[in-house]
Amino acid sequence: MAELTLVNPYPDALTEVEMRYCPGCTHGTAHRLVAEVIDELGVKDRTVAIATVGCSVYAYEYFDMDAVQASHGRGPAVATGIKRVHPDSVVFTYQGDGDLASIGMAEVVHAAARAENFTIIFINNAVFGMTQGQMAPTTLLGQKTTTSPRGRTVPEAGHPIRICELLNTLDGAAFLAREALTTPQRIRSAKRSIKRAFETQLAGAGFSLVELLSICPQWWGMDVLEAIDHIEDTMIEYYPVGVFRDQLAKQEGGGHA
Amino acid sequence: MNQQRRRVLISGNEATAEGGIAGGCRHFFGYPITPQNKIPEYMAEHLPPIGGVYLQAESELAAINMVYGAACAGARAMTTSSSPGISLMQEGLSYMLGSELPCVVVNMVRGGPGLGNVAVAQSDYWQATRGAGHGDGRCITLTPYSVQELHDFTAGAFEIADRYRNPVCVLADAILASMMEPCELQPRRELPPPVRPWAVGPHDPAERERNIVNSLWVDHNLMEAVNLRIEERYRQAAEEITDWEEFGSDDPEVLLCAYGISARICESAVGHAAEAGVRTRLIRPKTVFPFPRAPYAQWAERVEQMLVVELSLGQFVEDVLLSVNGRCEVDLLARTGGSMPTVADVVERIVQLARRAGGR
Repeated sequence: MAELTLVNPYPDALTEVEMRYCPGCTHGTAHRLVAEVIDELGVKDRTVAIATVGCSVYAYEYFDMDAVQASHGRGPAVATGIKRVHPDSVVFTYQGDGDLASIGMAEVVHAAARAENFTIIFINNAVFGMTQGQMAPTTLLGQKTTTSPRGRTVPEAGHPIRICELLNTLDGAAFLAREALTTPQRIRSAKRSIKRAFETQLAGAGFSLVELLSICPQWWGMDVLEAIDHIEDTMIEYYPVGVFRDQLAKQEGGGHA
Repeated sequence: MNQQRRRVLISGNEATAEGGIAGGCRHFFGYPITPQNKIPEYMAEHLPPIGGVYLQAESELAAINMVYGAACAGARAMTTSSSPGISLMQEGLSYMLGSELPCVVVNMVRGGPGLGNVAVAQSDYWQATRGAGHGDGRCITLTPYSVQELHDFTAGAFEIADRYRNPVCVLADAILASMMEPCELQPRRELPPPVRPWAVGPHDPAERERNIVNSLWVDHNLMEAVNLRIEERYRQAAEEITDWEEFGSDDPEVLLCAYGISARICESAVGHAAEAGVRTRLIRPKTVFPFPRAPYAQWAERVEQMLVVELSLGQFVEDVLLSVNGRCEVDLLARTGGSMPTVADVVERIVQLARRAGGR
């Protein structure tokens, strides 16, 4: 009988604390991808994770490294303070769409504009999860939430915000990508972007953000497979996936020319 | 840098900024607001050349959270603002209290509420002394009354913040910020990295476990334990750093109570009242949290009448009343909204009170 080898062991950068996320939620996938990247880059001992307010409020219990809890929306400001004291540290915030795109919009925009050299993992599931399903700035038109019970309409609540496209107007943003945590193929692509974002930070190239389209079966009122289909069939149409900005590639490309 | 104290003519704002640098601050985050703009301008000029960081935040919300991040990372961090901006920082300060982080915040108080004006006021007393934002914490609060004290208190605030792992507020005002006085500047301290076993940042995992800076305690028993631990530090601070100054007659008819710029007016009033035949003494708190209750309580046994002078409608007087606890009469001379009493106004009230007391 062939000897079995574990080709994908549990990441060193994740604790073994039982996560509080709902069954089927993709936060666990996102955590794992970030942890694998940190392990692969060998930077755990100089990384500071910034947990924010939302479902991922306990991220500091799951990421096995120095960590700080930030107030709602202020993760990028806290990251700025840490990074300006320890430029040799690796800093990332882990923010949901309420934290980043609603209350924290000023902080993320200005951090990007200042080319702050840290990384943001942005979970976009188009809903406020922890507070039980209210409308987010990224909630799609027509989407029902507990505060848009008849579906989001433009006269009532305006349009959903596309963060990557918005930040892509800023010269300080060095890496911007949107990925979807749906199929194995897309999840591998998400990991590549997360790694690229951290490499951008390690190169000192400036601000990096990876937006991850994520499911929220609980507050979408769907089972997991329906929720994955919803991203594939509906969300990606409004939030196209791909790399919007890759300053490192440009520099590398320039080097080879 | 010359280690001698250098005597200069300098504005309160600049003396405050230089006090921060002297106290070891190398990380300053701020947002412009009158009447304290000379502080960030001074920091922008002076910090980068000595290897420090000056960063203009996008808002006071961001500024205090950058201070939070820098404090998490173990730095002596500072921000300065004026009343409306300090209001915006309350949430961040609450997080710093809960996370037991040191920092220094200077408030050059201006007239309010609302946008108010940029004139002198002391109307942020409650906000400064009763807490910071939500929850059960309080800021240690220092009340300088001269440019020299602005400089020295700001420099010394970092040691206090470190010792009690708590934000320290330097509570001044628009006049102190802008006026120029001779001031002996302290040498700029070059500090070794402070021993902060709780700070986050690059480290050797063989030397310590991972650190988490956090104010989230869902278990109410843990939350209570944290709050009681912080409360114990306030008790300790009350014993160790409560500070005040007394000035005037040893046998006063009227005891004057004032802090900051109001104490400057009262200091002049002590002499003028003596010329008008009334003996007075001024008790001037240099810390208002912890509050110097003892001298007020002791003098309350010996005088019939106290007069509180403040540039707010009865905020500081409450701490005096709590200290006096009904043992003597306490009168209030209050101006608000950017107005202030003259020395003559104070003397006139002193004379009235002395006559009334004499008539009893």
